[in-house]
Amino acid sequence: MTQFLQQLINGLSLGSIYALIALGYTMVYGIIKLINFAHGDIYMLGAYVGFIVTAQLGLGLIPALLIAMATCAVIGVLIERIAYKPLRNATRIAALITAIGVSYFIEASTQRIMGTGIKTYPSILQNQTFMIGDVRISMQQIFIFAVTILLMLILQYVVQKTKIGRSMRAVSVDPDAARLMGINVDATISYTFAIGSALAGAAGVLVGLYYNSISPLMGVVPGVKAFIAAVFGGIGIIPGAMFGGFFIGIVETLVSGYGSSLYKDAVVYLILIIILIVKPTGLLGKNEKEKV
Amino acid sequence: MKRSVWNRWNACWLGLIIVCYGLLSILISTGIMNNIYVTVLMGIGINIILAVSLNLIIGITGQFSLGHAGFMCIGAYASGVMMKQFSSSITGVLLGMLIGMLISAVVALLVAGPTLRLKGDYLAIATLGFGEIIRIVVLNLDITNGAAGLILQKVVNWPIIYLFVVLSLVIVVNFGISAKGRACLAIREDEVAAEAMGINTTKYKIEAFVIGAIIASVAGSLYAGSFYVIKPDMFTFTKSIDILVIVVFGGMGSVTGSVIAATAIGFINIFLQQFAEIRMIAYGLALVCIMIFRPGGLLSTKEFTFTGLWKWMKKRRVKA
Amino acid sequence: MTLLKTTNLTRIFGGLAAVSDVSIDIQEQDLVGLIGPNGAGKTTLFNLLTGVYEPSAGTIEFQIKDEMKSIGGMPPYAITKLGIARTFQNIRLFKNLTVLDNVKIAMNQNIKYHTLSAILRLPSYYREEQRVEEMAWKLLDVVHLADKGKELAKNLPYGEQRRLEIARALATEPKLLFLDEPAAGMNPQETKDLTILIRQIQKQFHLTIILIEHDMSLVMSLCEKIYVLDYGKCIAYGSPEEIRNNPRVIEAYLGEDAGC
Repeated sequence: MTQFLQQLINGLSLGSIYALIALGYTMVYGIIKLINFAHGDIYMLGAYVGFIVTAQLGLGLIPALLIAMATCAVIGVLIERIAYKPLRNATRIAALITAIGVSYFIEASTQRIMGTGIKTYPSILQNQTFMIGDVRISMQQIFIFAVTILLMLILQYVVQKTKIGRSMRAVSVDPDAARLMGINVDATISYTFAIGSALAGAAGVLVGLYYNSISPLMGVVPGVKAFIAAVFGGIGIIPGAMFGGFFIGIVETLVSGYGSSLYKDAVVYLILIIILIVKPTGLLGKNEKEKV
Repeated sequence: MKRSVWNRWNACWLGLIIVCYGLLSILISTGIMNNIYVTVLMGIGINIILAVSLNLIIGITGQFSLGHAGFMCIGAYASGVMMKQFSSSITGVLLGMLIGMLISAVVALLVAGPTLRLKGDYLAIATLGFGEIIRIVVLNLDITNGAAGLILQKVVNWPIIYLFVVLSLVIVVNFGISAKGRACLAIREDEVAAEAMGINTTKYKIEAFVIGAIIASVAGSLYAGSFYVIKPDMFTFTKSIDILVIVVFGGMGSVTGSVIAATAIGFINIFLQQFAEIRMIAYGLALVCIMIFRPGGLLSTKEFTFTGLWKWMKKRRVKA
Repeated sequence: MTLLKTTNLTRIFGGLAAVSDVSIDIQEQDLVGLIGPNGAGKTTLFNLLTGVYEPSAGTIEFQIKDEMKSIGGMPPYAITKLGIARTFQNIRLFKNLTVLDNVKIAMNQNIKYHTLSAILRLPSYYREEQRVEEMAWKLLDVVHLADKGKELAKNLPYGEQRRLEIARALATEPKLLFLDEPAAGMNPQETKDLTILIRQIQKQFHLTIILIEHDMSLVMSLCEKIYVLDYGKCIAYGSPEEIRNNPRVIEAYLGEDAGC
């Protein structure tokens, strides 16, 4: 039982990171129906920005988080404006291939600038651990979880209560109708990319804190897993992405805790395939059929 | 006019195949193409087979698969294991190839049934997942020697690869222009309309997917016999994307485009070998630019044909 | 003899009955009109009859070898194989393929050669391909598109795209043809030509035709019988003359007080 609780705690930390990345996937997909394959790389960039700020500029954790989020937001908007906007009316395959191209570009550029090797994050938080019964919780885990919850609350507020959030919801339902109602669709899409990328940037800093090491290709696998999390919860649905992220994180830690860690990725992919076959619109999604 | 296989256009193609073979053997036997270039040539051949088979799935049938490396992995390991366990010779490779084709066909059927009901991006991610599962299974088996992979002897030479390139081209091209190929094109264009025209879309999608997977597996077997080492991390979805890049460069739906793109990228890679990162940066930029400025790729859905060339020359002559 | 018959056919979308309790009976060689206000469920009825949607309740029967057999819930391609073809309200051609290929694709189900003979280019492949090509040109000739065979479907003008849809439907060798607003977006002259074309193909191919159309002059001049749908229900059936004077039809089209 203790071991189970311990795995659950570890799973929640990992799941927080997946959830933060998944939110960006789901918001972008919800609004322009694009799997932003480069999203995992934005998360990687966030980790690198955090690394530069803490290790090289010597600033603290909170400034690192904020600067990483701001930088990623700008990069996210730039990517959208340069690469995705010209393709808004193209086929979805064309858009997806573009996203893959952007992803290649970011990874290779980072390798070129920062080197291909692993960088070690400075340990900014004290290596303190708390014991609750026999379950061990580290300072990092508490911090990750707290930041994630805080960001999610802010996101919920923005989406539900503000003007930007209302525009986002309107554009995701029907961009043309939204435009006719006087909503600036291009600006709304940019905001969506900015918010999603900022969340990924935060996830990048948090993961650097948690695992202490970062590399230019670190975004690839978590990116795919976060996407799976978004699909699991129902892509385009914000609470679905949060739930999916935590779920995938917990499943992954449980599989490596009890079974073989070699198979943890396979289990995640299997979950994806099962959900796609059983309920392609995800747990919280609604079924729709193409109109003829 | 009675038409048969013995017409002049087919004779032209046969001629081209023989001339290319002759040219290559002269270049190689006279030493103008050294061993390094022969290796590059073999790599290009394998990439052509992979690209053409993926083009059948993506370009002709319009089903976006990101799991192609998984089938290549099956073929490579089938041949690799046979070479280790049975005979480290071309017989071992070919025997493994047969086994790989069989396994790939079965796996492709299992994958295709449920996933091909999905559309566009969902299908891409589902096939990506399947491709990774294949790789993870190989990574965890004993007979495949896990992450360390298999060290093999080189038993395949370039004429064998040339033969298989020609074979896979013949299969894909002839499938593409047959009634089934037309049905696949119809599925790419509009699934609902295709279904209304009496086309069992699921059946044709599965057929194209399985044929594509089998050919990819053949490419994997040839790879195992040509390049000394196979490791699971050679077959991640990055490999699938590499193949996709070739297909997109050449034009989705154009088989000749895939051949040209695979050859061109093969030679570009030699020059960019020292600058691995720059190569990737260039790939990324090129993908984005092609999609924005020339979404059809080099040849779009057009094909190079001798009939087309003939008509084009006639037009030129009339003008002049 | 009855070719197509539905009994209490119903389709419900999330609580809303798009088609409810519709019973129709189509005789061989009929030319039937299906009219009704927008949103009356006409296209949904077509989609039910061609297998795009499954019925929520009720039956669809089709005459196969002089016997009525249930076809409700069969997939669209299987229904097409039985001899039911259709065109689409919002033209759905294979846009990036040639006009000729569009027609050839629709002949797929009647092509008799194996994949292997195609790959090996056996004589059977060449024989069948030649037959298909000749027949496709003939069909294009019927709809006056023979000179456009090599063009891409998306480059045809609107009216010609509609005619190509008809040729493509004919290529499946149907007994029963559904035309979904074939005259939509056409000018009066084109509509007139279309009327002639529909008559001609009905005779030439011994077809039974059901068409949805908002252009009343076309429906009234072409159809022998008319069904009227409103709010998913069949509210009237009869000859053009009867329909024109039916108070319920006038009410459906013009509102409740119009009759008075």
